[in-house]
Amino acid sequence: MSEPLIKFSNVNKKYGHIHALNDVSVSFDKGEFISVFGPNGAGKSTFLKLLCTMTSPSSGDIFYEGTPLKKLKDDFRSRFGVISHQPFLYSELTAMENLTFYAKLYGVQNIEDRIKELLGKVELYKRRNDKVRGYSRGMLQRLSITRALLHNPYIVVLDEPYTGLDTHASDILTKILVELFDNKHTIIMVTHNMKQGFDASSRLAIIRRGKLVFDEKRDNVTLDEFEHVYTEAVS
Amino acid sequence: MKLTKILDIAAIAGICVALYFAFMFAPLEKVMGAVQKILYFHVASAWIAFFAFFVTFVLSILFLVKQNYLFDDIAESSAEIGILFCTIVLITGPIWARPIWGVWWTWDPRLTTTTILWFIYAGYLMLRKFIDEPDKRAKFAAAVGIIGFIDVPIVFFSIRWWRTIHPNVVQEGGGGLHPDMTKALLVSVAAFSLLYAAMLVKRTRIALLTRKIDSLEG
Amino acid sequence: MTYLSTVAAIVRKDLLHELKSREIVVSMLLFSILTVVVFSFIFEPGSEFKNRVVGGILWMSVTFAGILGLNKSMMSEVNGGNFSALLLAPVDRSAIFFGKAISNFMFMMIVQLITVPLFIVLYNVNIFHTSFMPMTVFLMGTWGFAILGTLFSIISVNTRTREVMLPLLLLPVMVPVILASVQALNIYILGLDVAESYKWLKLLAVFDIIFTVVVFAVFDFIVED
Repeated sequence: MSEPLIKFSNVNKKYGHIHALNDVSVSFDKGEFISVFGPNGAGKSTFLKLLCTMTSPSSGDIFYEGTPLKKLKDDFRSRFGVISHQPFLYSELTAMENLTFYAKLYGVQNIEDRIKELLGKVELYKRRNDKVRGYSRGMLQRLSITRALLHNPYIVVLDEPYTGLDTHASDILTKILVELFDNKHTIIMVTHNMKQGFDASSRLAIIRRGKLVFDEKRDNVTLDEFEHVYTEAVS
Repeated sequence: MKLTKILDIAAIAGICVALYFAFMFAPLEKVMGAVQKILYFHVASAWIAFFAFFVTFVLSILFLVKQNYLFDDIAESSAEIGILFCTIVLITGPIWARPIWGVWWTWDPRLTTTTILWFIYAGYLMLRKFIDEPDKRAKFAAAVGIIGFIDVPIVFFSIRWWRTIHPNVVQEGGGGLHPDMTKALLVSVAAFSLLYAAMLVKRTRIALLTRKIDSLEG
Repeated sequence: MTYLSTVAAIVRKDLLHELKSREIVVSMLLFSILTVVVFSFIFEPGSEFKNRVVGGILWMSVTFAGILGLNKSMMSEVNGGNFSALLLAPVDRSAIFFGKAISNFMFMMIVQLITVPLFIVLYNVNIFHTSFMPMTVFLMGTWGFAILGTLFSIISVNTRTREVMLPLLLLPVMVPVILASVQALNIYILGLDVAESYKWLKLLAVFDIIFTVVVFAVFDFIVED
């Protein structure tokens, strides 16, 4: 039996009395695209933080391919590419300089070729030597997608990636996500956008008050049904 | 529950006994007179302040290692009590110094170190007020609690070296204490220790309740 | 990535960032020169009293400009969430910290390279007239400042009050560095026996070593919990 890619086993995260995540057990396999929904403050961001090792659980264990989190070395974080609503970019540096810096931290080979390829995909190659400060919100988000994918991470974590995107940028993002999904990358996305999240994913989850209250393959439900379930779950 | 009641009563009784020892039992100092009585409370407060900050230091380390928020609550409570007693030290010191040394304030190593100590932990408590996320608050405060305490001996030595370069304007008071005075001082220190323990229990309980209320609101 | 190449990558990025924006060094430099000028109103020009206080003035200008720069330096990491991104990178997190500390150290040293000669001219005191020992004071004092300052600036920018917290946390803890640096500088300025200053240099060295180790031990805990 092969180990799941990521496995949460009775994971709790407490901040004092605040129980941000309550006894969550779930596992994800390679190549899945999971959309996570839930009201504000339900524990979604805590979930993502735990997932990409920004924080560790108060109790319970997280396993990556069978290895517990605590036993993993620093370089294992290169498996993750994180796209947040924050750009993770230095506004005084150019796109090229930003990407080169992060590529170095991630130990990327053939840095220039890789950056060229990705910038082409997000249609920013021409602007590569401009300071990030002058970028529009949409361009910034496209660049931050590039940044997250530089090292070709096989787990992509997205925190509300569609927030504040214009149609063009959000189309590009969708295209990239579809391509990643086709290439068997594992994608975990937290979003408010019911339709986008539903359409793209292969699996749906709802977190409410720190508990995983819904977890189902996408093919087993229709959008209408899911919207109904969501309204019931959060009300 | 019962144990804390006993502790409360012991602390109150202890303070009464300490008052008796300071004012009735201990002989009147020949040169300084009644003002010398402040020593029993000044020194006991200083002892509690240092001890309280030491507790914060230890609990800060424990918190970082164990991630148990109870340790954070105790660290915070102890620092708050510590700063209270530190303030008492800084007030009683000048009250005694004025008639004895002729000045309210002198940059004596111990006095100066205590002042710096007060600022370090005032910063520590202020920091806690200004961070909303409980995990960040606990971790950052722990870092300050650890660094601040390690800094104290270095501060003390640097100030002592500094003061010996310049002529010492004021001679250090005190010297040998009458045996009965020593006894009164020890009683006072013991009573203040009980008081500290009783306060720490109460303050920690408040911290726990605050955390509970925050979690209900959140 | 090896440990050192991570540190180097961070430092290189910071220097590049600073070269483009010039925000940190320029604001620190202006502020420190301004401090030197404003403090000159304390005494009559040319009075003998001057030599006893100029060391203190110089070091205070270093200290306050340093606080300004540390805040600015850390704000550029926090804006846009870069600090989180650095912590997500597959590198030793303390390497990130030392990268930042070294950058801050370099910024402060660059400022001093300009402020100190200017100070010597404006106040007409040659702090190097007995030896080049003052260099060690600047280097060690600034390192102690950078190492704790970097940690406290990370803490400070995470508070609701942002910049306000840094001086309140940093200044009391820096008392030994301030005292030792000022006392040592005074010895050089007054032309006293250089050997007198050794104990202050030792104090600076002890402070630097202790807190480099302590911060190294504590940093991982406070960022990744």
